[in-house]
Amino acid sequence: MNYFLRKLGFYAVALWAALTVNFAIPRMMPGDPVDILLAKLQQRGGTVTPETREAYALLLGGDDSVPLWQQYLDYLRNLLRGELGVSVSYYPAEVSDVISQSIPWTVVLVGLSTVIAACLGVALGAFAGWRPGTWLDSLVPATTLLAAVPYFWLALLLTYVLARVLGWFPMQGGYDVALTPGWDADFVLSAVRYGFLPALTIVLASVGAWLMGMRNMMVSTLSEDYILTAEAKGLRPGRILRNYAARNAVLPSVAGFAISLGFVVSGSVITEQVFSYPGIGSRLLGAVTNNDYALMQGVFLFITLAVLGANLVVDLLYGLIDPRTRARS
Amino acid sequence: MTNPVLSVDALSGDAPSGAAAGRSHMPDQPVHPGRPPRTWRLMSPGLRALLPTMTPWLAAGLVLVVGVTLFGLLGPLLVGDPREIRDLGLAPPSAEFLLGTTQTGQDVLAQLAHATRGSLEIGFLVGVLATVLSAFFGIYGAYRGGVVDEAFSLLSNVFLVIPGLPLVIVISGFVPRESRGLWTIAVVLAVTGWAASARVLRAQTLSVRGRDYVAAARVAGERPWRVIVVEILPNLLPVIASQFVFAVIAAVLSEAGLSFIGLGASNSATLGTMLFYAQNGFALSLGAWWWFVPPGLVIALIGTGLSLINFTIDEVINPRLRNQREQRRRVRRARRAARKEQLS
Repeated sequence: MNYFLRKLGFYAVALWAALTVNFAIPRMMPGDPVDILLAKLQQRGGTVTPETREAYALLLGGDDSVPLWQQYLDYLRNLLRGELGVSVSYYPAEVSDVISQSIPWTVVLVGLSTVIAACLGVALGAFAGWRPGTWLDSLVPATTLLAAVPYFWLALLLTYVLARVLGWFPMQGGYDVALTPGWDADFVLSAVRYGFLPALTIVLASVGAWLMGMRNMMVSTLSEDYILTAEAKGLRPGRILRNYAARNAVLPSVAGFAISLGFVVSGSVITEQVFSYPGIGSRLLGAVTNNDYALMQGVFLFITLAVLGANLVVDLLYGLIDPRTRARS
Repeated sequence: MTNPVLSVDALSGDAPSGAAAGRSHMPDQPVHPGRPPRTWRLMSPGLRALLPTMTPWLAAGLVLVVGVTLFGLLGPLLVGDPREIRDLGLAPPSAEFLLGTTQTGQDVLAQLAHATRGSLEIGFLVGVLATVLSAFFGIYGAYRGGVVDEAFSLLSNVFLVIPGLPLVIVISGFVPRESRGLWTIAVVLAVTGWAASARVLRAQTLSVRGRDYVAAARVAGERPWRVIVVEILPNLLPVIASQFVFAVIAAVLSEAGLSFIGLGASNSATLGTMLFYAQNGFALSLGAWWWFVPPGLVIALIGTGLSLINFTIDEVINPRLRNQREQRRRVRRARRAARKEQLS
């Protein structure tokens, strides 16, 4: 079967599985989320009409008058129309509005720091693997320590040292609250200043994985015959490093981008919490503590969708970069 | 919650040539280790090939893991009550309280000992559960082949791309606090964490399954479960061991993250729980480093120790790595000897 069609098919199945899991979880778990939600809604001054109840029941279960498959179909239809319900903790805002407000923060923070970590790790890994046994290579095991450190604890340490003791960066938040969000220089500068520590945390915690993977692939690529041939031909070492070794060794790192993205997203959810960063991770945790089930499910769906989408793009690109994957399928 | 070696392993599942080819070297290929330590020379060569050589990394890893485990096992017996409240809030480390006190005057060292035990417990539990799951889906699927294999590997790939922690957060969010016990958290973590190992095990099983001796066992009329348990499993043991170690690291880290945001097991105290209380007790802005540094450090030590042990297991799985290391050592020795000769 065509490589691209097969990948598209796989992600369609994965998407369907995520949607179904999202449908099944609240129905399988003990407790009655709909009642809790409606009670919260009334506290916030919302009016509970039978329609509201029905809408929440569709999302979270608890309405036994409708058969399960009918609930499932209605749930999918609602999702297709982008209706995720009303958030309780941000009443009366729609869940989709709350999400779209917090997306840019997370996308910029996580996206940028992941790209920086990947480039840095791959470059360092290529050099470490190029000359095994040098001082750079002997640093590699130290990255295990860095990788065994929980993201949020690293965040706590960095905040303590750089923000509290040295006072270089603000401890919490996403921007100076005195400014109004907008595309002016003051605001962007303050966003960069506030985002530096969370970004540093993500880069430090995830760079080791890239470095290690690239270094190991580099070492095994260097033992290939075509490297020996290239050396025998008298090519300059820099050319062999870039065009022969690193180019082939980087392929698994590209393919593994997908999996590491999942880790990074997971880690950044908690990192955002440490910094009270106004991104989607704090929203998810806020939703959990406030029993805002509709928002919780919306955020989960959105994160899953984003990770699946990024993976799909990487997989399709990979098919273009490495013709062997296309030939094999 | 990154786990470098885990992602490296996951990479090799998809790697076009190099990593996958390296992985398929099993210990039954001829290995030429250097001179083995004296005590091991008594064993049969086959057994010796399975046993790792003692490297500084392995020694460091063992010291870390055994040390932390002993602290978790024996520590709680030696320290006082971790919940006892004193009129001595946020005291820095002193002779009486080696790691200071919390905001309510609780002994941090006592809490640390109990929390270490809790974290190790849940890490081990999840490690076992996740390894069993991944062994079932990875080995059984690959052995049966056909539709079963297709279905199982589709399932593990789907689980691999759905981000784990958000899923765990959502599940824990729906479980009411009172019914969120140790086992609930362990099962949730295991269910969301088995997929990467299953993929690695599947690739390994596929390579073992195609060998002649397995075919011979089948022709001889051995029952499928016997072929899997007696013929295939022993060859996979090093891989399973390394996947188990990964699973424990991942579990300790994820549990800490979950407890840190207040979604951990309600009836257990772990290192994550300590960090949760430290964060909510404003340890950071009050400058009480002795409250939040030790728990994270213990987590990091557990993770580092286990990863270092895993490096050595990797050498058992893939003798090429061991040969490379020994080659490098020989080169270093030769260089040193040459330098000495030059000097003299």
